[in-house]
Amino acid sequence: MTADIVAWVLLLAVVAYACGGGVDYGAGFWDLLAGGADRGKRPRWLIDHAMAPVWEVNNVWLIFVLVIMWTGFPVFFQTVFTALWLPLALAAVGLVLRGAGFALRKPTRRLSERRIYGAVFAVSSLLTPFFLGAAVGAVASGRVAPGTTASADVWASTTSVLAGLLTVAATAFLGATFLTVDASRFDAPDLVGYFRLRVWVSLAVLGALALIGLAVTHQHTSHVYQGLTHGIGLVLVIVAAVAAAATGGLVAGPAAGWARYTSVASVALVVAAWGLAMRPYLVPTSLTVQEAAGADATLQWLMIVSLVALVLIGPALVMLYRLDTHGVLEPLTDKDIEE
Amino acid sequence: MMTATDVLANAPAQLLPARELMAFTLASHIMLVPFGVALPFITLLMHYRGLRKADPAALLLARRWSAVMAVQFAVGIITGTVLSFEFGLLWPGMMGRWGDVFGLGFGVEAWAFFLEAILIAIYLYGWRRLKPWTHFWLGVPLPLTALLGAFGIIAANSWMNTPQGFALDSTGNPVNVDVRSAVFTPMFGPEYWHFVVAMFLTAGYVVAGVYAVGWLRGRRDRYHRLGFCVPFTVAAILTPVQFMVGDATARAVFHKQPVKFAAMEIVWNTDTHVPEYMFGRLQEDGSIKGGLKIPQLDSILAGFSPSTQVTGLTSVAASDRPTTTQATIAHWAFDIMVTIAGLLILLALWYGWCWLRRRDLPRSRWFFRCAAVAGAASLLTVECGWITTEVGRQPWIVYQNMRVSDAVTPTHATSLWTMFGIVVVVYVLVFGAFLGVVLAMRRRWRLADVGFAHPLGGAPETDTPYGPRPELTTAGPKPAPPAEPGTGRAPGGPE
Repeated sequence: MTADIVAWVLLLAVVAYACGGGVDYGAGFWDLLAGGADRGKRPRWLIDHAMAPVWEVNNVWLIFVLVIMWTGFPVFFQTVFTALWLPLALAAVGLVLRGAGFALRKPTRRLSERRIYGAVFAVSSLLTPFFLGAAVGAVASGRVAPGTTASADVWASTTSVLAGLLTVAATAFLGATFLTVDASRFDAPDLVGYFRLRVWVSLAVLGALALIGLAVTHQHTSHVYQGLTHGIGLVLVIVAAVAAAATGGLVAGPAAGWARYTSVASVALVVAAWGLAMRPYLVPTSLTVQEAAGADATLQWLMIVSLVALVLIGPALVMLYRLDTHGVLEPLTDKDIEE
Repeated sequence: MMTATDVLANAPAQLLPARELMAFTLASHIMLVPFGVALPFITLLMHYRGLRKADPAALLLARRWSAVMAVQFAVGIITGTVLSFEFGLLWPGMMGRWGDVFGLGFGVEAWAFFLEAILIAIYLYGWRRLKPWTHFWLGVPLPLTALLGAFGIIAANSWMNTPQGFALDSTGNPVNVDVRSAVFTPMFGPEYWHFVVAMFLTAGYVVAGVYAVGWLRGRRDRYHRLGFCVPFTVAAILTPVQFMVGDATARAVFHKQPVKFAAMEIVWNTDTHVPEYMFGRLQEDGSIKGGLKIPQLDSILAGFSPSTQVTGLTSVAASDRPTTTQATIAHWAFDIMVTIAGLLILLALWYGWCWLRRRDLPRSRWFFRCAAVAGAASLLTVECGWITTEVGRQPWIVYQNMRVSDAVTPTHATSLWTMFGIVVVVYVLVFGAFLGVVLAMRRRWRLADVGFAHPLGGAPETDTPYGPRPELTTAGPKPAPPAEPGTGRAPGGPE
């Protein structure tokens, strides 16, 4: 019972990271494809501006996910990090390069340096979610089991690669949606059209990848596949598809602001459906939630800690996003710090 | 009895790279921690002064420090995230078996840290549009979240030093976990206060050191005076406090981890009237080469009397204690830390004496030279303190319950060495770039201060995080800015 609740908390943290981090990686993805210094100047300006106050917060969710994993389900954590050593190591390197690239690009003035930091940031915005997604795909495929040692076999499968690509597409979709809304917020109508087009392209790619995924992976991931195509899992997937389609429509209309919610809903629902489809396993079909669960006392405390976190962080987070979307958060200018 | 060589020979091949990688990433991360924990506090102190006395110099300092904080916090977050990955990538054995016993500290740390990230974003980006006092008060919880984050991390580390709050079943797995006693372990209190004070003290000396250099170069305005005095006063007050706390911590180690204490003081045989060695190298046969020997002192320091019995390294089997090399490393780290602490106390007394007598800074150039070095010296003590506690615990990852070699990943040593190489290259680049960016900011500010502020334009070179955003203030569609001449630097800018 306790273990189930903590598993839900873990899933919620994954959902939050998929959405928060996803938007952030997506912005980096579009930074990568924005073109040369001149052509990409405007979109990059918007990406920089929209991300700066919130990117750190968006990425702290990952630490939550890891902590809940090792405190709540130590064996699961050990299994995943042993079997999926390489993709996770690469994701970690990607995280360093990405954060450093973004943080250092801003205060740098020379064009050549900005280019290097920008490139590092953008390329790792593509690679990090790919490897994280591939790791999730490997877990879903059931190739990971307690005691599995690291080998390419575990994660270099169709399922993993498709999961990685789907993750990248999803981040691109989220990023483009948020940037479309940000473009109108920052009074840049030219960029609204620019990113709207990218919402549609990424939506199409996402749909195509999802269909390919369903077609080719069902024999490798029978347990998860079953969960996603039947019952409540199927309902969630359908609602997610509707939400994604609605996003595509909303960004074209006058109520574009709502597109943020529908895009987040679509990604959140897919992740939730995946979590439901995994039941009762954490690693299908070798490690159940109950088997992986840590000590009862710890799980109870973990729930208390999560509850306190919710009470403290929830309002703070709402305040941050409100201040941000109301244009209150603005960087200091040179004038502010040079006189 | 096993010798040190046997112990090493039995270790799995991946142990060395895993250990080196962890040591390298932690040693790098820990250099940023003082600023993550204490820079917000020092900045808020300056901010308060600026608002309270309507002092433009203080406000300018606070704004500039928050600009440095922005970059530093970002680099700290990413090196910290890497550490969470490394728990799994390098030590899955420890996390798999003990994660549910000691992991809760990290849970507290994670949400404290989350809160810190939110508040810091609001603080850094709230300067322009929030009302001044609202902005200040939104920043005030920042130091508290930092203390809470440190609570979580130190709870986990002190548990590894003095593990408790569980029983072992017949297969050696922990059962009957008692979370409260796993969080508040015997070493927790001493370690926590020692750590927290160290962070504030180090951040204070480092920030003050920057202005001490300016002072030496003749920039003796109010701006430099304030920039020096506020952080230096914080550090100077904490230095003697830290000396007491550190002493208490060493005594706690003596009581709770006698073998680690033996390593720190290179005590070979359990005995009374044990001499203190300043530096010196422990040999395989238990003799000590070099160093300064002070008779009786170790016993006196440990228990206030020469007849205090100090446990020696040989009280446990060779496989259960640090090797002679490890003991020597822990001993040197410990001695360097204590020596620097002693020198810092003298510096703090010098400052305090002049302040009491004349209400003014010391006039001697040597004082400012020492103050300029104090920052680097205290960063060194942070590293040394960490080496003492980690190396002194060897070969245990969980003291007396799990060896480092049992916790290590089964991943092939070659992969780990490769990863180590990549991480070293990446970290050298990231830290180099970080330092470069901070120095460039400082240079820019100095030029601005002497009146060489560059003309502001739309060039990417001037588009800093705190740079002008002309696009923002102009509504409507913007024409593309004119193409930049390929100079790659702003006129009148750095270099």
